[in-house]
Amino acid sequence: MIQLNVNGHMHQVDADPRTPLLYVLRNELKLNAAKFGCGLGQCGACTVLIDHEPVFSCLLPISVIDGRYIQTVEGLGSEEKPGPVQRAFLAEQAAQCGYCIPGMMMRAQALLERNAAPSDEQIRDYMAPNLCRCGTHMRILRAVKHAAQLMTAAGHGALREASK
Amino acid sequence: MIWRGVAGFIVVLALAFGAFYAWQWRDEIAPVKPPVASSFDPAIVAKGARLAAVGDCAVCHTKAGGKPFAGGFPVQSPFGIIYGSNITPDPQTGIGSWSEEAFRRALREGVTRKGNHLYPAFPYDHFTRVTDDDISALYAYLMTREPVQQRNLPPDLPFPLNIRLSAAAWKLLFLSTGQYQPDRTQSAQWNRGAYLTAGLGHCGACHSPRNSLGAEDNTKAYAGGKGEGWTAPALNSASPAPVPWTADQLYAYLRHGFADEHGHVAGPMQPVVQELARASESDVRAIAVYIASLPGAQNAAQLQQRTKAALQFAQNRNPTVVRRISTTGVAAAPEAQQMHGSADGAAIFAGACASCHHSGGELPISRPIELGLSTPVNEQDPTDFIRIVLDGIHPAPQRHGPIMPGFAGALTDAQIIALAAYVRAQFSRAGPWTHVAETLKAAHKNPEPKSGMP
Repeated sequence: MIQLNVNGHMHQVDADPRTPLLYVLRNELKLNAAKFGCGLGQCGACTVLIDHEPVFSCLLPISVIDGRYIQTVEGLGSEEKPGPVQRAFLAEQAAQCGYCIPGMMMRAQALLERNAAPSDEQIRDYMAPNLCRCGTHMRILRAVKHAAQLMTAAGHGALREASK
Repeated sequence: MIWRGVAGFIVVLALAFGAFYAWQWRDEIAPVKPPVASSFDPAIVAKGARLAAVGDCAVCHTKAGGKPFAGGFPVQSPFGIIYGSNITPDPQTGIGSWSEEAFRRALREGVTRKGNHLYPAFPYDHFTRVTDDDISALYAYLMTREPVQQRNLPPDLPFPLNIRLSAAAWKLLFLSTGQYQPDRTQSAQWNRGAYLTAGLGHCGACHSPRNSLGAEDNTKAYAGGKGEGWTAPALNSASPAPVPWTADQLYAYLRHGFADEHGHVAGPMQPVVQELARASESDVRAIAVYIASLPGAQNAAQLQQRTKAALQFAQNRNPTVVRRISTTGVAAAPEAQQMHGSADGAAIFAGACASCHHSGGELPISRPIELGLSTPVNEQDPTDFIRIVLDGIHPAPQRHGPIMPGFAGALTDAQIIALAAYVRAQFSRAGPWTHVAETLKAAHKNPEPKSGMP
C-alpha cells in the first residue's frame, strides 16, 4: 500500500510501486484532469505539481512520491468554484480541443507561484515543455497573464513564498 | 652582509621583471576603417563560415538571447568567469577596426589589437596552429557579419588573475606557438583531421586534462578532461565508450548528433555538433578519421570481439520492464523485484526511465536508447549521468532534436542516488560509482550556462 496526498486528501493505493502516477490518478482515483499524451515526457499533457514543482506524471512511479504533496487541476478549484487559473483559461477561451489544457494550467500555476507578474518572455520560456497541437498558444499566453492579474487581485500571488 | 644579499635579490628580481615586461610587450596595431563587405571574395567568406563552424566561434561569442558573435557568453573556468567578447565588425565595441594582421595576432598570440593580453579561455594555444589562409577566410567571414554595438563585459576573476599581465605569465609558461606540422606517414585526410582537431576545433580544450594553472597537459592529450560542469570523455585508448569508436560512428555523431552504437549528443557537445552541421562534410569526416585513430593501432580481430561483446551485453541488459505503453493498465511486472521503499532504483527506473530506455522497440517517436552503450553510464565519474538525469536533454531554441525531460523536480537526491546505483549496476560492466552524492551536490550548485548561438 502506498499513501498518496492528492490535493490535500490522503489515499491508500494498492498498485505496483512502479506504476506511473498518471495511471493511478486516472484509473484508481478517477481524477481525470491530467491526460495521457505521449507517455514519454515529451508533451506535458500529464503535468501535475509535486511539492509545487511541475512534473510529468506519466514518468513518475508512485514509489518515489512518499508523502509528497500532489496537486492536480481538481485541486485548483471546482466547476462551481473555479480557481483563478481556471477562471482565466475560461475567460480567454484558451482551449480548442482542450487536451493539453490541464497540463498547461498546472504549469501556469507553478509559474505564478514563483513569479506573480511574469513577462511574455518568461511565460514562453516556462511553458515551453508543454505542447498544444491546436495552436492556441496566443490564448494560453493571454490566459496566464490574466491569471496573474486575478491572483494578484486576490492576494494569491507568490503563494509559494507564503506557504514556506 | 645580509642586506647586500637582499639588495642583490631585489636587483635580480627587478631585472627579471624588466625582462618579462619587455618580453610581454606588444605594440598597438593601428586601427583601420571597417572593410566593406564587397571587398571580400564571397568564396572566401563561405570558406570562413565553414571554418568558423569547426571553431565553434558562435558558441562562446554569443550570449543566450543575444545577437550572433556580439559576445557576453559566460565561459566558466576553475578560476572565475570570462565573458566571450564582441567579434562583430562594430568599430567601437567589436573588432571592426582590426586589420587582418591584428586578427591574426589575436589568434596566434592571444593579444588584442591594442596590445593587451587575452586570457586563455580564448583557446589561442590551439588557434596558433591555424594557417594564414584559414585565418584570412575567418577574417573575411567575421568582417561581413552584422555589426552589433555591445560592450564587452570585464572578466570576473580574483586577484592577481584580474591583472592582464597574469595572462602573459601564463603564455611564458605554457604557450608554444607554431603551425601544425603534418605527419608524412599518415594520409592527407588524417592530417587534415589532426590539423583541425589541434587547431580551430580546439577539441583538447575540453577533452585533455589541465594542470593546476589551467594549461593542457600535452603528455596526456585527449585523455579526458572537464568543461562547463561536464566530464569530457577520453578520446584516446582510455575512452569509456563500451563499443570502440569507428570513423563512421564518429562522423554520424559529429555531423548529425546520433551514433547508433553510442547514443545522442548531450551537454556542451550539443552546440559543437550544431555547428559542425554547417562545416564542410569532408572536414567533419577528416576529424572523425583522426579521432578514431587516437587509441592507436589495434588488432582488428580484437576490436571486432570487443564491439560484439559490448553490443551483446547492452542487448542482454535491457530488461523488458514495460511491455507496452498503456493508458489503462499499470506497468507490467515481468519478474518479482525486491522493493526498498521510495528510493528503490529498480522501481524508479521502471516507472521513470524504461518507457524510452527499454529494448522493445515500441517507442513511437524515436529508437530506444540502449544505456548499455551509453558513455555517461560507463564513465568512471558520474557527472555526466547526473547532469542528464537532472536537466534532461533539450534541443536549442528554434532547433529540433530529441528531448529527454529532466527529473530535477521529480526525484529527490536520495532517489537519484539510488537510480544511479541501479543504472550503473544494470548497464555497465565497470564497478559501482563513488562520490555520487558529492557530484549531485556540485551539479545543483553549478547550473549549465546556455549559449545563444544561432
